[in-house]
Amino acid sequence: MASDYIVVCVMFFIALGFVGVALFVAKLVRPRRPTNVKLTTYECGEKPWGGAWVQYNVRFYLVALAFVVFDVEAAFLFPWAVVFKKLGLFGFIEMAVFIFVILFGLVYVWRKGALKWV
Amino acid sequence: MTGLETEEILSAIVFYLLSGVVVGSSILVITLRNIFRSALFLLLAFFATAGLFITLDAEFIAAVQVLIYVGAIGVLILFAIMLTRRIQDPVAKSTTRSFILGAFVSAAFLFFLILILGKIYLPPFPETGADTEGITKGIGRMLLTYYLLPFEVVSVLLVGALIGAVVIARKEEARGGEPPEVALERERKDREITDSKPDGNGLEQNDRKH
Repeated sequence: MASDYIVVCVMFFIALGFVGVALFVAKLVRPRRPTNVKLTTYECGEKPWGGAWVQYNVRFYLVALAFVVFDVEAAFLFPWAVVFKKLGLFGFIEMAVFIFVILFGLVYVWRKGALKWV
Repeated sequence: MTGLETEEILSAIVFYLLSGVVVGSSILVITLRNIFRSALFLLLAFFATAGLFITLDAEFIAAVQVLIYVGAIGVLILFAIMLTRRIQDPVAKSTTRSFILGAFVSAAFLFFLILILGKIYLPPFPETGADTEGITKGIGRMLLTYYLLPFEVVSVLLVGALIGAVVIARKEEARGGEPPEVALERERKDREITDSKPDGNGLEQNDRKH
């Protein structure tokens, strides 16, 4: 039932309020003596340079897309798993074909060296 | 007031709240000048849509909406933005030149959509037994029996997307994405912003200035 999700809703607002209250209280009690070094962007201790808005390597996109493909595959696994016992061997073969086709894509990406980080 | 009425009013409130978030963030997506913020509001619209699915008792669809749209598609869109060459322009020029024409076309599209949706005959969904066995089970059973062929075709579609991305990425890399001299020039300029003296420590210098 959708009304069961009132709990989720309440949790959402509590979480939201927690962030707001924590930041507000921190603002009230913390000392504020900024220097330029303190205000510098933290870049793992390195001296930061350049903007954060740089053009990324296209390889990142490839990995993201591979992630999307296997995410969709995982989403299909849920309804399949729920009815797996009822469908038996037939259902197993169906999902095996599905996964096999997608695995072909992974093998293709792998063989083309697209996952290699140079 | 009976319990049923309270529940109806409550669900109406939730519906209008979520719809408001969807419509509001969608408007922000197309009007904001900063393309990155547009993308973030698009994710908010996706998320609120997941809430709408929950009000329809379609929990599985809601979970998939969060998992795939907010999670995966969101990451994809953000990466696509970070890959664009003009990303260093904080304000990406919007391509909408003619607001009135766009509004007219959208209104016409909405009009015909309503016209068609009113007349269309939707074949009744083959009995899922969703009420008795839960919606996820119903989807699973229909997907692996009645809609088996579309289900298997989906895997081919996914592989097509993967292979297409590899082909495009390799072409882009062969072109070098950005010519190296341009990249070097930009890098040099970026360094100049933080270090005014080549040997000086940028941070200390900034301290002295203030």
